Amino acid sequence: MEDDAPVIYGLEFQARALTAQTAETDAIRFLVGTQSLKFDNQIHIIDFDDENNIINKNVLLHQAGEIWHIGASPADKAVLTTCYNKSESHCFLLSLAPFIASLLSLSAVSLVITLACDSRVVSCAAVWRMPSDWETGSHESPDDSAHNPQTLELLCHLDDSAHGSGCVVLWEPMGDGKRVISLADNHALLWDLQESSTQATVSSTATLEGKGQLKFTSGKWSPHHNCSQLATANDTSIRGWDLRTMSQIYCIENAHGQLVRDLDFNPNRQYYLASCGDDCKVKFWDVRNVQEPVKTLEEHSHWVWSVRYNHSHDQLVLTASSDSRLILSNMVSISSEPFGHLVDDDELSEGEDNHQDDKTKEPLKDSVVSTYEEHEDSVYAAEWSSADPWLFASLSYDGRLVINRVPRALKYRILL
Amino acid sequence: MDGEADGSASVSEDNGRRRRVHGMLKLYYGLNEEGKAVEQPESLDPCDINGPHFDPEVYLNKLRRECSLAELMDQETCMVKQIRSLDSDMQTLVYENYNKFISATDTIRKMKNDFKKMEDEMDCLSANMAAITDFSARISGTLQDQHTQITKLSGVHTLLRKLQFLFELPARLNKCLELQAYSQAVSSHRRARCVLQQYSHLPSFKGIQDDCHAIMDKLAQELRQKFRDGGTSAKDLSECVELLLQLDEPAEELCDKFLSHARSRLESDLQGLEAEIRPYPSAVKDSSAQRPSSTAAAGSPADNSPNSSVLPSPTSNTDILEFIDRGCNEFVSSLCLVITSYQELFINHAQSGELASKNIPQMANGKLHAFVDDLAARYFSLVERRIQEEKSVGDNSLLVRALDRFHRRLQAVAKLLPGSDVPNKGTEIVVRAATERVKQYLSALQSFYMDSLTDVRQALATPRLSVAGGAVAGGGVHLGGAASGRDAPTSLPELLSSLSASILNQIKSVLASVHLFTAKDITFSNKPYFKGEFCSQGVRESLVVSFIKFVCQSSRQFCESAGDKGGSTPPALLLLLSRLCLDYETSTISYILTLTDEQFLAQHHSPVTPVTSLCTEAREAAQKLLNHYVKVQGLIISQMLRKSVETRDWVNTIEPRNVRAVMKRVVEDTTSIDVQVGLLYEEGVRKAHSSDSSKRTFSVYSSSRQQARYAASYTPSAPMDTNLLSNIHKLFSERIDIFSSVEFNKVSVMTGIIKISLKTFLECVRLRTFGRYGLQQIQVDCHYLQMYLWRFVSDENLVHFLLDEIVGSSAHRCLDPAPMEQSVIEVICERG
Repeated sequence: MEDDAPVIYGLEFQARALTAQTAETDAIRFLVGTQSLKFDNQIHIIDFDDENNIINKNVLLHQAGEIWHIGASPADKAVLTTCYNKSESHCFLLSLAPFIASLLSLSAVSLVITLACDSRVVSCAAVWRMPSDWETGSHESPDDSAHNPQTLELLCHLDDSAHGSGCVVLWEPMGDGKRVISLADNHALLWDLQESSTQATVSSTATLEGKGQLKFTSGKWSPHHNCSQLATANDTSIRGWDLRTMSQIYCIENAHGQLVRDLDFNPNRQYYLASCGDDCKVKFWDVRNVQEPVKTLEEHSHWVWSVRYNHSHDQLVLTASSDSRLILSNMVSISSEPFGHLVDDDELSEGEDNHQDDKTKEPLKDSVVSTYEEHEDSVYAAEWSSADPWLFASLSYDGRLVINRVPRALKYRILL
Repeated sequence: MDGEADGSASVSEDNGRRRRVHGMLKLYYGLNEEGKAVEQPESLDPCDINGPHFDPEVYLNKLRRECSLAELMDQETCMVKQIRSLDSDMQTLVYENYNKFISATDTIRKMKNDFKKMEDEMDCLSANMAAITDFSARISGTLQDQHTQITKLSGVHTLLRKLQFLFELPARLNKCLELQAYSQAVSSHRRARCVLQQYSHLPSFKGIQDDCHAIMDKLAQELRQKFRDGGTSAKDLSECVELLLQLDEPAEELCDKFLSHARSRLESDLQGLEAEIRPYPSAVKDSSAQRPSSTAAAGSPADNSPNSSVLPSPTSNTDILEFIDRGCNEFVSSLCLVITSYQELFINHAQSGELASKNIPQMANGKLHAFVDDLAARYFSLVERRIQEEKSVGDNSLLVRALDRFHRRLQAVAKLLPGSDVPNKGTEIVVRAATERVKQYLSALQSFYMDSLTDVRQALATPRLSVAGGAVAGGGVHLGGAASGRDAPTSLPELLSSLSASILNQIKSVLASVHLFTAKDITFSNKPYFKGEFCSQGVRESLVVSFIKFVCQSSRQFCESAGDKGGSTPPALLLLLSRLCLDYETSTISYILTLTDEQFLAQHHSPVTPVTSLCTEAREAAQKLLNHYVKVQGLIISQMLRKSVETRDWVNTIEPRNVRAVMKRVVEDTTSIDVQVGLLYEEGVRKAHSSDSSKRTFSVYSSSRQQARYAASYTPSAPMDTNLLSNIHKLFSERIDIFSSVEFNKVSVMTGIIKISLKTFLECVRLRTFGRYGLQQIQVDCHYLQMYLWRFVSDENLVHFLLDEIVGSSAHRCLDPAPMEQSVIEVICERG
């Protein structure tokens, strides 16, 4: 059983933001947001054709600024949020954007750059809608898409001047695309989107209080408990929030030795949470007991920037690190299926039944499934596909997107 | 005959021929010279002249047919020659046999003559014997009558003597009683008793018997009285018991009485011992007051040991040796005395006399064993309590001598009472005490080690000039004085050497102390436990190996307990411990174990931990500590860099005039770390860089390279080129593991720390946005770092690469990338 080779796609710009298109369950589709201070930023819509191992890309312009975070609506395929930085000089550039785009191959930009002065960087968040015909346009002439990209349609800004700048926007998991949370400095803001997302109002806020300048670095909206819980990270701590009262429900002090970079909830076990950080570790927590992590992984040799549970098989955990590696681990012992997949007896004939017995006798151990070394630079994001549970994408800073699959041997072991 | 044999016969010398002929004769008579002769297949060929199926006709015909005339002639002469030689051989043999036959005939004839002479002499002898028998029969016949008469007379005489004895008996007994010659009375009575019993139907005898009974009863009464008093000497007592036994007193009762007497005396001894165990000085006083009364209560003069000399001084507790001495002198020796006399009385005597039939020895023996076991158990519990009080690990020799004496004295009991398990129990106590001691030593070693570490920690914490004395003092265990007077060592190597030396000394002294247990002059040292298990399991495993493991374990705990925050453990201590563990791995462990094995020549029955596994453990600990050190130091520098990047507004910053202070701090810290590591670890190998890679050439090199790079990356029209360039660059550079394991040398450690720091710098820079001057500041900072950091690492390209990445990344993150002139950078950096 030879595994298919990974598929690599290169972006022209540096990039950090990656998400799967959550509402899309048929096509394998990822969204990538670029980071460029000098050029128009783009959102690349990456379609992966599983059968032919081919990538189709479409590019949408995101002229507002460089994208730090991107989130796709769980209800509407076309709606997404971005967190971006804009600077004064960049705004100036934006007005000239079409001009630059047409002159990409020329060296006209230097003129523009000299004009930029007295700059200020502001971070913002906004909800966008993709133009409805992006797909048709690209199919006609894929080569042209870069040439004449369409622009995102702004639905609304998620800006509240009273609460600083946003860094992360989270959609309500499995919701109807009406509620988002944005984390801004030390505030968590719950927004209601109305009138097909063109209006956003803050319905409630929570504020992290304490000594010094506290700042949320990351967060995750729990899919459990009717989506009433939120977990956030600031510095070395992880906190849980109840969204109904907007009050703190638990706090894991010193969850990591250094900064916590990312969190993810186990999709099947409501109290289980994974976190990763600058101490090169990935920790798994049971939030009912915050004293000790349930499990700790130390496979990376530098900061771990992203941790993601597989949506259907929560033993598969993906971690991305600035040691340019992506690691897929099989954490059977703390998954929802610690003894392997439970198979109904009548599904199996006698012979297979015995075979099954043999297998259950030797339960799978927690292990690193494989280490992916296709990246040359720090990997800041990794995501599972929402359509195919065996497929995932990872994005490194140099703009390289790599699409990989779970090794077949493991896949069959989990399934059978 | 075949041709070959033929040839050899014609040519060979005489000797060879003879042998061959013999062989053929043997063949003829069916004798096999060798096994292989049988194997020769019998030729069925009628033409084989030696074969049994030889047919002369056929042979002749064949010859005639096949051979020419000349050949036939040759054949003929040859055959004739052979026939002749065979004939002569046969003649020789016949002659030899004939000679032997003649000599045999002569011998037989001579033997016949000799036998005839012997027959005549035998006849004469038998006639004489018959005559002798006849005479002897006649003599005995004549003497018969006189013999019977004499026998009868002597019988009458004895009877009369006996009667006289009987009649005199009562008077004699009375007299004996008066004279207190009990034994004589008893023996006289015993002799007469059965006769009197037999003839008691005769009135005269009856009278005598009654008289005797009355007297004997009185006698028994007196004896019993005497026995009960107990005041008599051991000899009297034993005589008394003996007589009573002969008078059919119930032996069981006597045993019980005897033992209860003994018990009261022994118990008073035990009480005396128990009184000494009281740990409080006041209790000692009590006991000294109490003791005379207790001995008085016992009321026995058996307490013959000079009490006054053994009395503990009221101010201090008796030491263990004194205690055991007293136990031995008082309790054990009286116990031995009791055992001997008891055995004398009830077992040895009874076995010889008629009492043996009544199973008295078995009964008596059983009682004795129960008695001894009971008292010994109490004694042992006392001894054990006393030993347990012996907590301080000071002078081991006292304990060992005490145990030795204890054990030695028990051997006496063992000799007296072969079946008893008292000595075994005693040995068990000794074994327990020894293992307990080993445990105490282990914990003493451990606490010594921890104390030493605390001292080291203090020495590290205090500034160099004002170090308080007694840094690595002996930990106050029992070599206390060794290091305390000295000036406290201040530098790391001195600390390390004094730490490891004091630990080693401590181990050695502990080994020496423990070694006393196996000294040749100690009685229990040749018990199998002390020869084997104590050496291998006790000393080697649970003392030395456990201690080494403890050192590794506790070292590793420094990495874990401290957490990732840098923690409470000072990095220098980590470094020191790492070096200590490494030294252990390279030499100390094998040295200690060799030392142990030499001192304790154990026959290794049980598997012991091999040196290699301990070494691996130590090495792992060393590696872990060093990695942790790198991590902690890297983290400290990273934090500085991170703070400096995160807190600054890079977009609106002024044009760089100086290197930022934090960079100078980084270089300073790195230099001091370098010095620190250099004190304990060797330099290590660098990747070959030109020996003259001084600041000057380096900066030229790097500037040219950077210039080229900036030129490419700041050509605004070619964003692709930038990526391409950096990708191509990465293609040729190896992947860098940031938090990886380091080697045991300075360069590797420094490389690790610098890698961690610079990578942090890179990641932080990527999260920020820069203005023109922000980028220039980064350029200046990086150049400054480049100027100073290259010398610390194994591969300077690594520093180049990471710094290039930093500058490249900040250029990417720059709104207005206008790099500073390289010459300006250099000027700023050189200005400092």
